[in-house]
Amino acid sequence: MAVVDPLIELRGVNKHYGTLHVLQSIDLTVGRGEVVVVIGPSGSGKSTLCRAMNRLESVESGEIVIDGRPLPEEGKALARLRAEVGMVFQSFNLFAHKTVLANVSLAQIKVRRRKKEEADRRSRELLDRVGLAAHADKFPAQLSGGQQQRVAIARALAMDPKALLFDEPTSALDPEMINEVLDVMRQLAHEGMTMVVVTHEMGFARSAANRVVFMADGRIVEDRAPEDFFTTPRSERAKDFLSKILTH
Amino acid sequence: MDVLTDNFSLYAEGFLGTVELTVYASALALVLGFLMASFRVAPVGSLRVFGTVWVTVLRNTPLTLLFFAVMLGLPRFGLVLPFELFAVLALGCYTSAFICEVLRSGINTVPRGQGEAARSLGMSFTQSLGTVVLPQAFRTVIPPIGSTLIALAKNSAIAGAFSVTELLGTYKTLSELGYNIVWTFVWIAVGYLIITLTISVLFNVLEKRWGVAR
Ligand SMILES: Nc1ncnc2c1ncn2[C@@H]1O[C@H](COP(=O)(O)OP(=O)(O)OP(=O)(O)O)[C@@H](O)[C@H]1O
Ligand SMILES: [Mg+2]
Repeated sequence: MAVVDPLIELRGVNKHYGTLHVLQSIDLTVGRGEVVVVIGPSGSGKSTLCRAMNRLESVESGEIVIDGRPLPEEGKALARLRAEVGMVFQSFNLFAHKTVLANVSLAQIKVRRRKKEEADRRSRELLDRVGLAAHADKFPAQLSGGQQQRVAIARALAMDPKALLFDEPTSALDPEMINEVLDVMRQLAHEGMTMVVVTHEMGFARSAANRVVFMADGRIVEDRAPEDFFTTPRSERAKDFLSKILTH
Repeated sequence: MDVLTDNFSLYAEGFLGTVELTVYASALALVLGFLMASFRVAPVGSLRVFGTVWVTVLRNTPLTLLFFAVMLGLPRFGLVLPFELFAVLALGCYTSAFICEVLRSGINTVPRGQGEAARSLGMSFTQSLGTVVLPQAFRTVIPPIGSTLIALAKNSAIAGAFSVTELLGTYKTLSELGYNIVWTFVWIAVGYLIITLTISVLFNVLEKRWGVAR
């Protein structure tokens, strides 16, 4: 698929875990403002792909380019680039020893070098946006899963990232909390945030994604518009996978 | 009983010697242990190797041997220091290996995702270790660090054999003066107890203050 203004580009990316070839010459381009949903069976390499995009996972070969710049190996340059690509985890990973407000402010102060008052002001704005302004002084453990995940999104947004990566952001949530998180994500998509989302939420994929990338056994098997993919999957793997999740 | 009142200044001198050794060596052990623990979890391979070698060598050398090595070895390389300083070096380095491992086990109790979240926000290794991982590790390591420092206080007795003034060493003078050896040792033991109980109390307070469950 031709992408007009690429923001994230992966070319021939390979990674092994021992003898397991988790990423097999992956080519993927995500355009600015695009929302790409990644789906696929468990163990197909979705998380690894997502984590490779900000180098939480190193790769052996191939190129990863963010906004025209190749992802650096380690050190300061990598840290700077990571600040541009936010990440939201399945298990939220809020800093357990800090309040909600401090969670959102910490990296603004440490990485963006904002003054504390300025960072806190921005944090409160973002918390308000995800509907949690009233919880700023609580600790993460005092919030529900859905609330924690919305704080995590606010924390990622606080860095003013160019793109956001989501690795199964709603998989650890009770059903009634899934929508409050998806709503925030839909809103972001609507505002033009570039997003890569690993999820099995078909509703979200249909309503918010520009493309669906289907992975199996470390390869990208299909990369298509959501409606096309869900209604007429081409590969046997995708048909098989969809029949399994749609009957659930 | 007389042994204490008659020789109070001797006891006091020994007691203060042990306190000094304990305080300085503890400070050194904490700083070095912190540094080595950072090395052992650093993303730089050579630092990890250095930390591992440091811990392996120091933790597996008998402390007495280490004292010999420092007191007799370092002067051969032209480094001549007061015995007290050598003793602090030997004790501090030795204990730093244990502090390092305690800190590292504390770091391992912090879920991986905490450091990953910090790094994904663009924080450097030092920032994520210093502001996210260690403050959480700190809560779980307070009690074992207390135990390690209590062991250090008692280990400082070895310095007496290297003509450093400390508490245990006072028994030699007192037994030469003909005092009852049992009472001599009872009062020495009380001296150590005062020091080790102080450390216990200090760490209990720290634990109450910082070691709260999340
Ligand atoms: N640190 C690791 N060491 C060894 N193998 C790993 C490691 N992390 C993942 N794997 C393996 O790599 C493969 C891909 O893992 P990955 O987490 O990317 O899959 P996934 O598509 O995200 O699966 P899920 O839907 O279960 O989250 C799996 O077979 C997994 O067992
Ligand atoms: Mg996964």
